Amino acid sequence: MIHIEYILIISAVMMFAGIYGFLTRRSTLAILLSIELMLNSADINFAVFNRMLFPEGHEGYLFSLFTIAIAAAESAVAIAIMINLYRMFTSIGVEKLKNMKW
Amino acid sequence: MNSQNIMFVILAVFIVLSSLATVLTKSIVRAATYLLFVLLGTAGLYFLMGYTFLGAVQVMVYAGGIIVLYVFSILLTSGRQEQLSRNTVGKVLASAALSVVGLGVFLLMLFKQNLFEQVAVLGAPSEPVGETTNSIASIGRVLLASGEQGYLLPFEAVSLLLLACIVAGLLIARKH
Repeated sequence: MIHIEYILIISAVMMFAGIYGFLTRRSTLAILLSIELMLNSADINFAVFNRMLFPEGHEGYLFSLFTIAIAAAESAVAIAIMINLYRMFTSIGVEKLKNMKW
Repeated sequence: MNSQNIMFVILAVFIVLSSLATVLTKSIVRAATYLLFVLLGTAGLYFLMGYTFLGAVQVMVYAGGIIVLYVFSILLTSGRQEQLSRNTVGKVLASAALSVVGLGVFLLMLFKQNLFEQVAVLGAPSEPVGETTNSIASIGRVLLASGEQGYLLPFEAVSLLLLACIVAGLLIARKH
């Protein structure tokens, strides 16, 4: 018997691991990996609320699908920005990023 | 203890350990690999819930697409080996304390409030496993319906977003 709480605990651990990584990492790519962790935990929550609370509905399911698509788009643009940054500074650490301000 | 519970415990331990390893490891390639494990475990969780299409999308888009993109860009941008997390002890401790306290508050709320007492549990004898209303046919019908329950507008909005994303990626990453 898998209660809804157990899956929520998994996604909470994933979310707070992502927050820890977001606060401590110095490389922008590693920060992006942490953001993916947080997005993924939100996806799990959407799917599990749909499955357990409203089994007849489609809302959480489709929210998860759209979130996956948006995460793909977001990481593609972010990686393009990082490749551009690497060309300008030969580094993608967060220390250099104050030079991005115009 | 049936096979579904055993699978769930395996997936839970796998996901939790991999997501902790993603943020604690020193090498960024290893972090991406652990993130791949987390995403595959999440897909397993979707399969366990009976959401097979969502699990397949997760494997294809996340594990097959995004992680490959990440590894590609990690290899492209790791010119000199840089320290992944070079922080003062105070900052690491503050971040860890923030995460642990947040998790603790969440778990306390979850178990004190008994929000989900009358919610059905997955794998209960009364409920057929894997038989949900979210079959591929009904997903397709809902996704392309324009009525009150339909999701045609967000579907088209996502297609526009992906087009804009292609143009932006080309525009930003090209050589000047």
